[in-house]
Amino acid sequence: MAMNRFEWASARTAAEGAASGATTVADAMLPVPGGPPGQAVVLKAGGIDLLDLMKEGLLAPRRLVDLRAIAGLDAIAQESDGGLRIGALASLQQVAEHPLIADRARALAEAAGGSASPQIRHVATIGGNLLQRPRCWYFRSIAHRCLRKGGGKCFAVHGENQYHAIFANEVCAVVHPSTAATALVALGARIEIVNAGGDVRRPLLDEFFVAPETDVQRENDLKEGEVVTAVLLPAPAAATTSAHMRQSDKQAFDWPIADVAVVLERDADGRCSKASVVLGAAAPVPRRARATEEMLVGEMIDEKLAREAGHAALEASTPLARNHYKQPIFAALVARVLLRAAGQG
Amino acid sequence: MATGSQDSPRHEKFVTGIVGVGLSDVERTVPADEAPPLAPNAQLSQIGKPTPRWNGRAKVTGAVRFTADIALPGMLHGRFLRSPLPHARIRAVDTSAAERHPGVRAVLVLLGPNGAGGATSVSAEEDVEATRRNEQPIALYAGAAVAAVAAISEQAADEAVRLIKVQYEPLPFVVDMDDARAAGAPVVYETLDVQPGFGASGLVSPGLTLKGNVRGPAGDARGDVAAGLVAAEVVVEGEYRTQVQTHCCLEPHGIVADWRADGLTVHISTQFTAGVRAELARAFGLPLGRVRVIAEAIGGGFGSKSQLGYYGHAAVALSRKAQAPVRLVLERHEEQVDSGYRPATWQRLRIGAARDGTLAAMSLLSYGTAGTAIGAGVGNIAQRMYTCANFDESHYDVFINAGPGCAMRGPGNVPGAFALEQAIDELAEKLGIDPVALRDRIDASPVRREERRIGAERMGWSTRHPAGAETGTIKTGLGMAQSLWGANVQVNSACEVRVLRDGSVEVRSSVQDIGTGTGTIIAQVVAEEFGLRAEDIVIRIGDTDFPAGAPSSGSRTAASMTPPARNAAYQVCRQLFALVAPALGTTADDLQARDGRIVSRRDPARAMTFHDAAASMRTGQIAVVASRGEDYAGFRGRRGDMGFALNDLGGVQFAAVSVDTETGLVRVKRVVAVHDCGRPINPAQIESQVQGGILQGLGYALLEERVFDRQTGLIVNADLEQYKLPGALEVPAIEVHLIENYQGFSATDVYGIAEPSNIATAPAIANAIYNALGLRLRTLPMNRAAILTALAAGKN
Ligand SMILES: Cc1cc2nc3c(=O)[nH]c(=O)nc-3n(C[C@H](O)[C@H](O)[C@H](O)COP(=O)(O)OP(=O)(O)OC[C@H]3O[C@@H](n4cnc5c(N)ncnc54)[C@H](O)[C@@H]3O)c2cc1C
Ligand code: SF4
Repeated sequence: MAMNRFEWASARTAAEGAASGATTVADAMLPVPGGPPGQAVVLKAGGIDLLDLMKEGLLAPRRLVDLRAIAGLDAIAQESDGGLRIGALASLQQVAEHPLIADRARALAEAAGGSASPQIRHVATIGGNLLQRPRCWYFRSIAHRCLRKGGGKCFAVHGENQYHAIFANEVCAVVHPSTAATALVALGARIEIVNAGGDVRRPLLDEFFVAPETDVQRENDLKEGEVVTAVLLPAPAAATTSAHMRQSDKQAFDWPIADVAVVLERDADGRCSKASVVLGAAAPVPRRARATEEMLVGEMIDEKLAREAGHAALEASTPLARNHYKQPIFAALVARVLLRAAGQG
Repeated sequence: MATGSQDSPRHEKFVTGIVGVGLSDVERTVPADEAPPLAPNAQLSQIGKPTPRWNGRAKVTGAVRFTADIALPGMLHGRFLRSPLPHARIRAVDTSAAERHPGVRAVLVLLGPNGAGGATSVSAEEDVEATRRNEQPIALYAGAAVAAVAAISEQAADEAVRLIKVQYEPLPFVVDMDDARAAGAPVVYETLDVQPGFGASGLVSPGLTLKGNVRGPAGDARGDVAAGLVAAEVVVEGEYRTQVQTHCCLEPHGIVADWRADGLTVHISTQFTAGVRAELARAFGLPLGRVRVIAEAIGGGFGSKSQLGYYGHAAVALSRKAQAPVRLVLERHEEQVDSGYRPATWQRLRIGAARDGTLAAMSLLSYGTAGTAIGAGVGNIAQRMYTCANFDESHYDVFINAGPGCAMRGPGNVPGAFALEQAIDELAEKLGIDPVALRDRIDASPVRREERRIGAERMGWSTRHPAGAETGTIKTGLGMAQSLWGANVQVNSACEVRVLRDGSVEVRSSVQDIGTGTGTIIAQVVAEEFGLRAEDIVIRIGDTDFPAGAPSSGSRTAASMTPPARNAAYQVCRQLFALVAPALGTTADDLQARDGRIVSRRDPARAMTFHDAAASMRTGQIAVVASRGEDYAGFRGRRGDMGFALNDLGGVQFAAVSVDTETGLVRVKRVVAVHDCGRPINPAQIESQVQGGILQGLGYALLEERVFDRQTGLIVNADLEQYKLPGALEVPAIEVHLIENYQGFSATDVYGIAEPSNIATAPAIANAIYNALGLRLRTLPMNRAAILTALAAGKN
């Protein structure tokens, strides 16, 4: 199907983007009762996800507002408090290659660098990546009007759910599509958002994401007229290490079946003092493996512990008919990423 | 040297045998107008040498025109309306709003005798008649074409399609082969009216009974299987499943049809220009001479582009109706849903053997589904590869509400090999005989014997550990498997060779180059005859205004086209020699062409350049059309224009894999492929064919699978994002070794390679996985879920 015709506008500042009358893509995709279709204004960064949705006929906006001309919004820099500020328009490739990120937040560099394909990484932005819509194949099929698109049922629960969530999948079994988000949640990142009135908010990314139980029609709490300006990483405590790994069917140009980020803080004798373990492609939002995190604190990380941690990460998992196979993958991956973050893998 | 007069057949001595194993002379009878025996490759200058593709530069610079690039003045854009339901009675189709759309030039309702779209859909006005007669036709699968429009832009066509109103009455449907076999399953065909011509592979038998959705059995038998199994000392038995694989040609199916009062011209991405011309002439009642089919460049074809197709038919009908050229190019979604695929199969194979490995009996039961089409068989590999006196097979086609399957690279034998070659591997293990050694006992082919020897050596087969012997998390394994394919020939294959006065040499044929390099090998063969270089030859192919060439299917193009190319060049040469012999003070028989010159054999001082010879021609050109005849030693059989050569094509592949036992990830590290195709003309292109075959086999083995949602009857991965083709990082180290096998069967002794290279890969990988894990995976694809499930079950 050919894409619909649309207008093109370019924002020069984030404020202009916020004032452009843009709705969120989640809202723009919902059927308008009685109203004429295709009236939405939406924001565009790299356009990878947006154009996919438009080409599939899932989204037919009246106008695209391109954000890429906003000067400086792709900068990655250290802030005065020691944290890192990653401009929303920084490409996944920039994020993967930036020395400060490699040094402070290896998990993020690895997550971004392992995503999609080189071509996509050079175009996709970190902001767009966090806001992209899920890849559930029913969601992406115009013929299936599922819950997330305002329809009456979830096709995945009793359908082809091999790539779906193994946790928290009762209402809607999508997995969160952003791989970078797995690392960012583990790193305790915040997202910076401005609105047309110039208000700035900086919620924790973890809290910005929305679970299906809260609202099945959106994956995050972005509001009409809001523009994401940056992702903020807190200054890491001393002796913090991190890692991210993924498993997918294909080694490039593919989505993860499972991905895991681990951030470890350790005291002087090497014992884990704080751990954050997050599972991606596991649940509708990046999933903290709390049981695993707890069992690591106060311990020396070794292979035996890593394996136990891997199994603990499966606690509360509720695999569907076709995705049981993801369980052993997660167990193995958690153990491997843990050892890697601890410098043993 | 030749004996006999100019007009009667000559008796000639051919060097035959496998280079490196042993050569001997064989006498054959050669028609008078055919060239004398060609020396082995080592003595030739163009043939057997890696040669760049004739159109490689045009392709990489974008100069070449694919069908989708064709833009004719006043061209319209065609688009289909497809059934959103997997099975529905069509109560009414209202096209009036679409017809009123200002951009629309033609609208067609496409309802054939078997319902909307599909294998048998006829998309001309006759369909509308059919619709009137049969008031409520049936859409048999989601994606079946119901109507088509031609409009002034793609957007207008899209809009118009949305304006067509169809009243569907949903019917119960079934999209899974097991479900379709079950009692009480929704029935796809009430009565059977499928065209046998659209078979997806071998075993397309007419007149079989249909019970529910199951049609059959088709079968074959020899000897006494029951007695053989009783006598057998060891028996292996297994059930194997293979999935649907789609063709995924990078260039989609597409056509630009230009219907005019004085005739029809179509540009089409096709594997058979001459065949499409014949289909068009028949379907639209035109004389062959008024139909011209052009395929300048083709971006891949694996069996689904061998026919005109419903889309081609529809585009021509739209062009006729609109009185304007119509371009109709399928989108990727349409490619995945309705352009054919390799059928899915279920097989139960039982093999009995004596302790020494001698096969006592083999029994094969199979079911396959090609959706709404027939011909989902498992080929003839079990029947023919190994020596076994007692054999029987029964095959059933199962109908489901899916688009029609069709032939795909090595049809039948690809799923067939997955079962057979694992069963032989299992048998070897049970007998305690090495799989290579067992095959040395039961495989009579001297070619494959040599291929096994070379492959085993290059792969380091002797280092192979017992199955499941490694202890680490990541386990490695080696496996091997063999392929079998017919050496096919299209006897009705012709080409013209001409020399022009300026010394240029041109070859003309309707044969198409679908990316295999057909043009290059024709140039090499002709250049060899003229003593020129391949790049000196002007290749003009892919146009039915030239002599009718071979199809690019059944691995028969090179075998069919290179002999007439050489023979035509030979005859042109003879005429040229006769012309210049007096000037050189010698006879035509004494002359030979080499290094751009025409030289006396007796006295090399008597010579002139090829250019000077051409300049001395009395006429503007010397042109000869030659056609492929029978093989010199005859054919094993004939079917229409197709001859089956006496030899078979083989090929043996060895695979080295690693399996991560925690994550189920299988990596194919290395593949050693040893293949034969008679006389190799262009080793670089053959290697590239084999690499492609292996990658397609690797995708089949590990990744690719069409996924149907059984709740809605729709395919959920009809794109190249979720239908997983191997990518750059999946590509193993591939080593291709070619055997030179001379048989003295034709002027070039060339046979095919494309399909044989695709047959052994999946079972070789499966056997390597078995060697790594000690677990046999009998279901494709062997993806993570399959590996982890097998590991968890921990048994066969
Ligand atoms: C084959 C394939 C494989 C892939 N594999 C992976 C993978 O492994 N991991 C992964 O994470 N991703 C993967 N992707 C997805 C890809 O990374 C995302 O589509 C991409 O990152 C989106 O970024 P973008 O800049 O192009 O966003 P866009 O498409 O431009 O925008 C996405 C959404 O964000 C909104 N938006 C963008 N920027 C802003 C902003 N600053 N403020 C407010 N709203 C904004 C847009 O309105 C839109 O709703 C894959 C994609 C493909 C096609
Ligand atoms: S998993 Fe979610 S997005 Fe997918 S079909 Fe179910 S409700 Fe829709």
